Amino acid sequence: MKMPEPDAGVIERRRELIDRLRAIVPGEGVITDEHERRAYECDGLTAYRQLPLVVVLPSTTEQVSRVLKTCKEMGVKVVPRGSGTSLSGGALPLADGVLLGLGKFNRILEVDYANRCAVVQPGVTNLGISTAVAADGFYYAPDPSSQIACSIGGNIAENSGGVHCLKYGLTTNNLLGLEMVLMDGTVLRLGGKHVDAGGYDLMGIVTGSEGLLGVVTEVTVRILRKPATARAVLIGFPSSEQAGDCVAAIIAAGIIPGGMEMMDKPAIHAAEAFVKAGYPLDVEALLIVELDGPAAEVDHLIDRVAEIARDKGACYSRVSTTEEERLAFWAGRKAAFPAVGRISPDYYCMDGTIPRKALPLVLQRMEEMQTTYGLRCANVFHAGDGNLHPLILYDANKPGELGRAEEFGAAILKLCVEVGGVLTGEHGVGVEKRDLMLHQFNEVDLNQQQRIKCAFDPDGLLNPGKVFPVLHRCAELGRLHVHGGELRFPDIPRF
Amino acid sequence: MTTEAAGSTLKPETPAQAAEAVRWALSANEPLEILGGGSRRGFGRPVRAAHRLDLSALAGVTDYEPEELVLTAGAGTPMAVILPMLAERRQQLSFEPPDYGPLLGRPAGQGTLGGLIACGLGGPRRIKDGSARDHTLGIQGVNGRGELYRGGGKVVKNVTGYDVPKLMTGSFGTLTALTELTVKVLPAPEETRTLLLAGRDEAAAVAALTRAMQSPYEVSGAAHLPAGIAARSSVPGVAGAGGAATLVRLEGFAPSVTARVAALREELGADAVLEREESLAVWREVRDVAFFAGGGAGDGAMDVARHVWKLSVPPADGPRVAEALRRALDAEVYLDWAGGLLWAAVAPGGDGDEGAAVRAAMPGSGHATLVRAPEAVRAAADVFQPLPEPLLALTRRVKAGFDPRGLFNPGRMYPGV
Repeated sequence: MKMPEPDAGVIERRRELIDRLRAIVPGEGVITDEHERRAYECDGLTAYRQLPLVVVLPSTTEQVSRVLKTCKEMGVKVVPRGSGTSLSGGALPLADGVLLGLGKFNRILEVDYANRCAVVQPGVTNLGISTAVAADGFYYAPDPSSQIACSIGGNIAENSGGVHCLKYGLTTNNLLGLEMVLMDGTVLRLGGKHVDAGGYDLMGIVTGSEGLLGVVTEVTVRILRKPATARAVLIGFPSSEQAGDCVAAIIAAGIIPGGMEMMDKPAIHAAEAFVKAGYPLDVEALLIVELDGPAAEVDHLIDRVAEIARDKGACYSRVSTTEEERLAFWAGRKAAFPAVGRISPDYYCMDGTIPRKALPLVLQRMEEMQTTYGLRCANVFHAGDGNLHPLILYDANKPGELGRAEEFGAAILKLCVEVGGVLTGEHGVGVEKRDLMLHQFNEVDLNQQQRIKCAFDPDGLLNPGKVFPVLHRCAELGRLHVHGGELRFPDIPRF
Repeated sequence: MTTEAAGSTLKPETPAQAAEAVRWALSANEPLEILGGGSRRGFGRPVRAAHRLDLSALAGVTDYEPEELVLTAGAGTPMAVILPMLAERRQQLSFEPPDYGPLLGRPAGQGTLGGLIACGLGGPRRIKDGSARDHTLGIQGVNGRGELYRGGGKVVKNVTGYDVPKLMTGSFGTLTALTELTVKVLPAPEETRTLLLAGRDEAAAVAALTRAMQSPYEVSGAAHLPAGIAARSSVPGVAGAGGAATLVRLEGFAPSVTARVAALREELGADAVLEREESLAVWREVRDVAFFAGGGAGDGAMDVARHVWKLSVPPADGPRVAEALRRALDAEVYLDWAGGLLWAAVAPGGDGDEGAAVRAAMPGSGHATLVRAPEAVRAAADVFQPLPEPLLALTRRVKAGFDPRGLFNPGRMYPGV
């Protein structure tokens, strides 16, 4: 993975940069020691590592603003970082860049039940928000698997989802307001405790922009009352195709479950061996369907789901009768990644989305790819929204296996696009899928996206090397090839 | 192509032709007014453009697969085509698209999908399921450079690249001439009923709506109609409630609705329950602002010369803002979104700056939009909430990033945008 060429001039001025940063963020907030910087050299995508030039940990919006302004003046690149749990390398540092950590922004500023929202700093963890309002029966809906560790600021950068997002939406659907700082130090407020920010939906474009547009310093999120009850049903099938049909039939019946997950045989076996969730081992595909809401609704729907499953050829069905049992059903799914980590020295997690109807074809092609690349693969799948998580098993100590795993992964993602899907459903493009972007978008599409980047960060200093395969200069993107006096369309077109 | 006195109407039949039309406009430096069905033409500041780009021929649903929860259609596809198609498969656009046609003095049912998304609207279910922004998955359109491009995707879960479709919602055609859209569709509720609390004042009403929203009963509509407005409803159960009507809607599977209606009725001390047909009818009125449209809803005497404002505020601020509006202006006001949305019909001709008075009524965060007023008024007023300087500067840069020559709907949102 090629990152932007480090700027020797910037590295030479490291001393000056550190002095200027120390004048803004006193004491331990500026980290220069190599050993301490090592802690920031990678995020959740550990295959890529790079020591940052310097780490700065501001604790106020004003400090963030001054740090960014200083970096802009000196032409220094900045990589923002929340908890560093990105699975796509979104927070991978740059050798000539400042790593801007938001970990000190860890306070919950206000919980406002009258307006059903919470105002928090970006370093607060996703779960931290739900925990803060749990005693009053509320929660924050998006629940990425890393929710114990990942920060809400990082969730905004990645537009994080989770197993409940089919029903409750992604981060972008649960966000009311932001305070953010642009690369030139400008502090902006978007939205608030009301809905619809007024003017262009800039909050919408910032959410999921992977830290390329601005640094979020305050967040207002919607909080919801916890559903009264939740029950889950485990359904086993003799084939993945039947499981896929069952998912389609549930949705066609007008049911949007709180969660609907699918696992293939290798994933079921790995999970069962690890947590003893009570999964059936003689099925090819397993669905976990969770229904939440008022008890009358959940009881009604669980029967309907069981009926649909029978119709579609289920060979195993078990409804949770207690909360412990429901949690046990989920324990296996939630531990699927570490479980796979037990049966293989390393694994590489992919994240494409496909139209669900393409599932049989995609599974069959992935089966063939296992032979082509000589590597095994286990599948977990957010079945409701078509978001696949193939886990490619490899051993980094065996020469060539990492390379083959990456090629296998790229082939899967290209297949997702080929069948009408997308490269990433929730993990982001980052550095990982950057060079695949031209498989989903053409040059014109990507240039239009980059012109949005130019509106926010014309010098391209914020998190370069992520998302776009080539970051064009804004001056070049801004050129308009129309010459006065030689009009290419002198006449009004007639259709 | 047809020629009107003031200029030409370009009516492309393919996205490629739409791009050709924009390239002509770019070469000739002639701005374009972008039109779908024209039903929301009176919404926003008047556009100064001699020529029109009419996208109504880019019509037709190209892909609808209920099990995939997505629909793709040309931007000019009439909603009158899309909505019945969804209803047939017991699905819907969950953001409850409003039809402001009659409010703006036009017939109902004339809007297109592109216009709906470009205006970024959401109905009463906004409090539960979001607005157009939350349901727009992918777009194809022509930028101000005459380039046809795509943004987003055609699946329900996607974070690949910037969320360009979001930027289109609420941009009023100032960034891109949309040619095709992919939207998320969801199951329509099997049953719908509404609890009615009669005769509550605004503060008590919003307190009840807040309690309903804090409950686990998944409320999908929460509005308050003061006595004068409730009397104008065509729904007997509302008009005859004997004063103000506070409405709480519950939707979903029948056994669930029955259980939630019983529980919440008890908790809120509701006076009546509107069954399916009455419930559907009153929420259509709330959604389409029918109480402020001429004719149609009930027999109340609505003065259609009144300017209509839409204010989005923190829900708990609703009663205070309503009170302040009525103190400062001759205004009729009702509340939706559990207090977070105020619709105000203001008698014109008051002293001073009407827009400034409306906006001064909001004590905290929020924004106000002038939805209905004569063209001359809209030309002179801040139709959309004025943006603070750094935000306006960023807005202009974003606009230039899509439409560097300012060809699309010039001035529709802000001067220069």
